[in-house]
Amino acid sequence: MAVAERQLDMASQAAARPAWTAVLHDWVTSADHKKIGIMYILMGTVFLVIAGAQALVMRWQLVYARHDFVSPDVFNQLFTMHGTTMVFFVGMPMIIGMANYVVPLQIGARDMAFPRLNALGFWLTLFGGLLVYFSYATGGAPALGWFAYSPLTTKTFARSAATDFWALGLIVSGFGTIAAGVNFVATIVTMRAPGMTFRKIPFYPWTILWTSVQILIAIPPLTAALIMVMFDRQLGAHFFDPQNNGSAVLWQHLFWFFGHPEVYILILPIFGIVSEVIPVFSRKVLFGYEFMAAATMAIAFISLGVWAHHMFVIGMSRTLDMYFAVASLLVSIPTGIKFFNWLATMYGGRISMDSPMLFCMGFLAMFLIGGLTGIMLALAPFDFQLSDSYFVVGHFHWVLIGGTLFGLFAGFHYWYPKATGRMLSERMAKWQFWLLLIGFFLTFGPMHISGMLGMPRRIFTYEADRGWELWNQISTIGAFIQAPSYVIFVWNLVWSLRHGRPAGDDPWDAYTLEWATTSPPPAYNFDQLPVVHSRRPLWDAKHPDDPDWQYE
Amino acid sequence: MSAQAVALPTPPPIEPERTLPPALWGTIAFLVSEGAFFATLIVSYITFLNRDITGPTPAEVLSLSLVAVTTTCLLSSSFTIHAAEKALKRGALGGFTFWWAVTIALGIAFLAGTAYEWTGLIRDDGLTINTNLFGTTFYTLVGFHAFHVTVGVIVMLTILGLALRHKVTAQQENAIAPVALYWHFVDGVWIVVFLVVYIIGR
Ligand SMILES: [Cu+2]
Repeated sequence: MAVAERQLDMASQAAARPAWTAVLHDWVTSADHKKIGIMYILMGTVFLVIAGAQALVMRWQLVYARHDFVSPDVFNQLFTMHGTTMVFFVGMPMIIGMANYVVPLQIGARDMAFPRLNALGFWLTLFGGLLVYFSYATGGAPALGWFAYSPLTTKTFARSAATDFWALGLIVSGFGTIAAGVNFVATIVTMRAPGMTFRKIPFYPWTILWTSVQILIAIPPLTAALIMVMFDRQLGAHFFDPQNNGSAVLWQHLFWFFGHPEVYILILPIFGIVSEVIPVFSRKVLFGYEFMAAATMAIAFISLGVWAHHMFVIGMSRTLDMYFAVASLLVSIPTGIKFFNWLATMYGGRISMDSPMLFCMGFLAMFLIGGLTGIMLALAPFDFQLSDSYFVVGHFHWVLIGGTLFGLFAGFHYWYPKATGRMLSERMAKWQFWLLLIGFFLTFGPMHISGMLGMPRRIFTYEADRGWELWNQISTIGAFIQAPSYVIFVWNLVWSLRHGRPAGDDPWDAYTLEWATTSPPPAYNFDQLPVVHSRRPLWDAKHPDDPDWQYE
Repeated sequence: MSAQAVALPTPPPIEPERTLPPALWGTIAFLVSEGAFFATLIVSYITFLNRDITGPTPAEVLSLSLVAVTTTCLLSSSFTIHAAEKALKRGALGGFTFWWAVTIALGIAFLAGTAYEWTGLIRDDGLTINTNLFGTTFYTLVGFHAFHVTVGVIVMLTILGLALRHKVTAQQENAIAPVALYWHFVDGVWIVVFLVVYIIGR
């Protein structure tokens, strides 16, 4: 295009573009599941940058023995806010946002069941996040750790209102999460396209359904427990106040009754994403769909009964220790089923290593390792040695980054073309992937070793003669290798919006209904509601001579 | 060409799926989360039962005769709201308005009983939320239940206002059903609270 022509084009575009206030008004008042989904994801991205920066400050503090980059109190605030932010304001919004965008499209619906409730859920989540960060206005964030054990939350030890802002923020965002769970259940149960029975539903909405069930059962106990904290602090109640025979252990039970299902809320949708991506990039159907579906349900239920494996060292009875160890090990069976089914899906397939598949490969390898250290920690005697050590920090970052984040990135690279009409840059995606993988290995691998050498989590510094310094330095170097990969990712999102290759409706030659409409889809998603006969409706449409429903 | 078109397989016909309307599924999902919320409060109540060092204790201050009356009010309101729903289904709007108003009256009677009970507990027995573990857990559990009754009464009053202006018709059955379901749930929770607090815990 000639320069003059392009300038003319840009000028006419600028003239046609509505004022930014109008655009903002359009987004803020939107009840469209696609816009709400994108807002959830933007929220998650902003908080990811904030919590990532907090992590870098902590890593820098730990780079030398007796380093004094930040004070102990600031360090305590940093790990509290880092954990709280990553779980509630990065992981959850990204999971819910992606599902918000994709699920109605995949089940062939025009929106969620309750669009305005959907908007309410998003805004509650966002304002909950802001409320938690408001704690800085009280002179400093709370210094409790993300699981906020009593008596750290009592007035005696947490005098400022920071803890109240923290608790209120989590209560408010919890309502938002419950709203999303209610909406997903109603949407997935009642709004599937004609012919899409529960035996033909794509795998991602199926995992979102069971994630929502977990949300509905696990979040309210946290809300109740946080209300008890507020009552203790504001009204002088005695729930978690041992001086009046209240129980600090009750808080731990209630928190982890939420906390363990929470990690499955953060991973079940990822199982769904991976189960969409691997078949498309292996050119095969998902192997063992029924077993995968049953395993998802099994995980959703078993994970409600294993919470006290986080509490082996508080001195429960031997019977309880044994029960929770065995129940926790049980989760590895359905998870293993899924794992082998993904491998079997790839086996004999025509695999292409585009960025979504690359991140799935990263997910498979990393989640396996994180799962294995999880099995180690489920064994009560092993946990007695390593509870609250850096080994645990290494383990759960391995599953949350190697599992949740790699899977989310697979989803981003897979669905970005649908949401924007442009492809992400593959070159940047490769840089992002390898920097993340290498940095991730270097950051969290050594933590397993420093943990076994006895380094407790949450300490702000250590003595040089403990032999932890080298491992901490490798961790810190790894963190600074990871950091640019997130920058590249965000830059890729922004850059490709303008400069990415046009995607077309169906760039991956995929199987599910979201690729049957335009990219980006119109506000109403589909001109005509699709009719479904198999698990791969788009395959059927492309191959009328050999449709899937003949074989299912 | 026509031979090829014939060779294309035709899919089996699609049977319509029958399920509850979205509003009811949403309500059921919401009530599951409410159930988890109350279960947490009830577990906490049981955890702290008989663990107090100082009084008053439940046996000293809770009156079974008062709560028997309020419980009767609340439980019978489940039947009256059912009667209202059935009247609406029949198209008998007068019957609907009548039974609906009776339900609200019973709900308000329950709340009045609770207010009377609390006044006595606070003024005569000196039991507040920070007196001891009993006070802490009792006011939290019974208070949150009463809060749910209050929300239900407000919603039902709104609908009563609409009904009196003849804005409720038999077609709005689906809008009434979630409210009724919620009310049955609040009743069900009260049965558990009643058993735990006033029978077992006393
Ligand atoms: Cu766990």
